Amino acid sequence: MIEINNLTKVFYPGTVNEKVALENISLKVDEGEIVCVIGSNGSGKSTLFNLISGTYSVTNGQIIFKDKDVTKMPEYRRAKYIGRIFQDPTKGTAANMTIEDNLITASSKGWKSLKISLNNTRRKEFSKLLIPIGLQDRLKDNVGLLSGGQRQALTLLMTIMSNPEVILLDEHTAALDPRNAEIVMDLTLKYIAEKNLTAMMVTHNMKFAIEFGTRLIMMDEGKIIFDVKGEDKKNLTVDKLLEIFKNIKNEEFTNDEGLLNV
Amino acid sequence: MLEGIFVDGLIFSIMVIGIIISFRVMDFADLTCEGSVAAGAAIATVHIVNGGSIIVALLLAFLVGAMAGTVTAIIHNKFKIPGLLAGILTMTMLYSINLRIMGNRANIPLLKSVTFFDKVENFFPFLPSSVASLIGIILVVLLIKILVDIFFRTDLGLSLGALGGNEQMVISQGINPEYLKIMGISFSNGLIALSGGLLAQYQGFADGNLGQGMIVQGLAGIMIGEFLFSSNKISLITLRAILGAIIYKALMFLGRKYGYLIHITPNDFKLLTGILVIISLWIASGRSKASARSAKKNAIHRSLERTGDIK
Repeated sequence: MIEINNLTKVFYPGTVNEKVALENISLKVDEGEIVCVIGSNGSGKSTLFNLISGTYSVTNGQIIFKDKDVTKMPEYRRAKYIGRIFQDPTKGTAANMTIEDNLITASSKGWKSLKISLNNTRRKEFSKLLIPIGLQDRLKDNVGLLSGGQRQALTLLMTIMSNPEVILLDEHTAALDPRNAEIVMDLTLKYIAEKNLTAMMVTHNMKFAIEFGTRLIMMDEGKIIFDVKGEDKKNLTVDKLLEIFKNIKNEEFTNDEGLLNV
Repeated sequence: MLEGIFVDGLIFSIMVIGIIISFRVMDFADLTCEGSVAAGAAIATVHIVNGGSIIVALLLAFLVGAMAGTVTAIIHNKFKIPGLLAGILTMTMLYSINLRIMGNRANIPLLKSVTFFDKVENFFPFLPSSVASLIGIILVVLLIKILVDIFFRTDLGLSLGALGGNEQMVISQGINPEYLKIMGISFSNGLIALSGGLLAQYQGFADGNLGQGMIVQGLAGIMIGEFLFSSNKISLITLRAILGAIIYKALMFLGRKYGYLIHITPNDFKLLTGILVIISLWIASGRSKASARSAKKNAIHRSLERTGDIK
């Protein structure tokens, strides 16, 4: 589904602020895989997502989507295949418009025509869709009036409605309170299963990353340091994961030490 | 006299609707307006003076405004500069272009030509000329209002609204925001120039300096309208734009007529309009603070009730 070859991203190249955010990453995500991505702050998780969805241009390397090279394709065109949900609940919806207007805008991807698609049949459909998140009676309310949890749930609904093939979830429940985070996460998993989506999910919750998904990737300092799937992933525990992380870090540390001593 | 205020206000309201599209719907502070209103006036006047038809003159005005808007949007898109600066660039360039359109004259009178308003008067010979003008302009504004209302209910119009609320959402929906901006800003400036084309015919001349201060006047009209009622429905938003525009023109009329009593001359109007906008902003921020306060009061009230329940 997604194939990433030798991807490198350098910010502010040639200046004193030069920062290598991703270094020579290669990754192949198959159809139907649910990949949990973990790693500390600054490890390159968000950069990886921004490169896949086209927000940033790549420094070097190649991104292939369904055998098609999309490395140079602008973000809005890649968006036809990719649904993306951000950590910030305000990024997925337009606050100045009503819920129904947001939904109708999200119901198809690509350039819109001069057709009036919003009618009572669609309104009924929307009401039904909104029942799980309790917004069925608020079609005509502005999205700006909703809470963060409601907005994120609406964003999720809108993303699913537009029928993406891959969804990228960038800590999309991190800004919500625990109860809302749970609701949104449950819905997310339900939709992923229902629509048979390929998903990549950044999370800080190791336990969650171990329990859910078919594959786990750990990133550190712009590299993928650990990649596990199938049976190996099922046997994973938080303690084991932490141990692996420590071992890898230690190795690096001793290597660095060695370099300094020379 | 009263009809005059309404005609003036209704012509102005077309411009206010145009400014609402850029400033409010798209959240794009576009100053092209000052140039495009004069450009619309210039091209319509030149076309009519040369014996062209009025409908074509107004269409040309719309087109020239749309072209100006396209230039602003392209400058903004390609060079990644803020919309404000892109608009100022186009506005300044338009000043020269407008003088070119008018054959390097600063002012072209229309008094000897047949204008839109003369036509309407001839169409309703049994009515006083001022009433006939009023009916004519009401029909034009109504037509524009309906078209704008319908446009913003289409899928394309909604995506323009989404652009103003959240550009990332538009990109995530697979829409190229650059094209949307070109379309929206050119539509907005088309209406503004159309308003200029009508204004020139009403006041009987086109002037290179017509656009000066127009954006602040337009904002004053928008803000007066927003005091009348709040709504998120496009039909009510355009309605209050029209009402706000008329009220603004009425205020200016009163200022012209009775201002001498407190030593105000028309020279002071730009200052007063600016102050009007500032006061509107002040009242609006006071309002939102007041509603925050009352929300807080309600919240405290509710929490007290809840603790009461437990007891």
